[in-house]
Amino acid sequence: MLRGTLEGEELERYVEERVVMTRFDKMLGWARANSMFPLTFGLACCAIEAPISIVTARYDLARFGAEALRASPRQADMIILSGRVSIKMAPIVRRLYDQMLEPKWAISMGACSSSGGMFANYAVVQGADKFMPIDMHIPGCPPRPEAVLYGFTKLQRKIKGNPDQGWRQRYNAVGSEEWARGGVASKPNPAAAEAYETARELIHA
Amino acid sequence: MPDAPGLELIRGEIEQDHPGAVLDTSFDRDQPALVVDPDQILAVLTWLRDAPGQGYGFLSSLHAADYLPATPRFGVHYELLNRDRVERLRVKAMLDDPAAGDLPEIDSCVGLFPTAEFQEREVFDFFGIVFKGHPNLTRILLPEDYVGWPQRRDFPVGGEPVTFTFNERNYG
Repeated sequence: MLRGTLEGEELERYVEERVVMTRFDKMLGWARANSMFPLTFGLACCAIEAPISIVTARYDLARFGAEALRASPRQADMIILSGRVSIKMAPIVRRLYDQMLEPKWAISMGACSSSGGMFANYAVVQGADKFMPIDMHIPGCPPRPEAVLYGFTKLQRKIKGNPDQGWRQRYNAVGSEEWARGGVASKPNPAAAEAYETARELIHA
Repeated sequence: MPDAPGLELIRGEIEQDHPGAVLDTSFDRDQPALVVDPDQILAVLTWLRDAPGQGYGFLSSLHAADYLPATPRFGVHYELLNRDRVERLRVKAMLDDPAAGDLPEIDSCVGLFPTAEFQEREVFDFFGIVFKGHPNLTRILLPEDYVGWPQRRDFPVGGEPVTFTFNERNYG
């Protein structure tokens, strides 16, 4: 083509068939999403399901371009919190996250790392987003490897700049939020409460 | 295991060498236990280890319990094992709860049983029982800067209330 073997209309068709035009950030996100380097990192029983099972031949994380688990946070760009984080472990997890190079993503896997799970006691942090930013929560106790892969593909869509909408948007369920009102720990913030009341009025109008 | 008369025989022999050391015995569910004066715990453990015919030379576990609201409040339990006869014997030392701000104290048995070093640190970590003479009595499982003794029965359970309707109705 560059040597000039094609001319005129043939050249136009050739270019149309072979060249895709896109924005650079989209291309960058596409490349990043399909070449993830997860950190080899397990916290508790969920580690059997996530970093161990999903790289085996049965589930095969390599299909999504993330089969190269790195043993150093300096080489990784994704961390899967697989299990409950104890208050003694939390500073170390935070340090690992800080040592990862930007851009980086974090998946909170299972009930324990998302909310403390069944461990409502003196030793366990009640949800990993108390000490670090989390991009994706995967529910389950433990989540099946398929669920982890599904969460991973959702994270890929988020990295590509096209995050999935939550179920409230999909089912048009605005105004259906429920929280326990009156309790000290469960008070919604004023902005959220105002948005909630506004949405209610719009629905019932 | 020593049976109930055997337990009383052991108690009688200890009484000869250390009068007043054994406060009580119990034989519950086929498990013999000596309740011992905490000030003489080392003497009794040494006797059980070294006296001829006893030979309880293996400390298989050292742990504590909080019997709140009973008094004395804390119990330190020593599970001894004779490995020749495969006989187990439990020794309990009951400790009073001292005034607020102070911690209950008992002698460390690291000199008798080296395995007690980590187990006494664990008891200190969770119950705040001080073992006098321990070479390095610091927290072992919880963070070094943790405040409180979380396995005591008056320690709050912790965690956070969950915003379920049930919790709102009952606790909101």
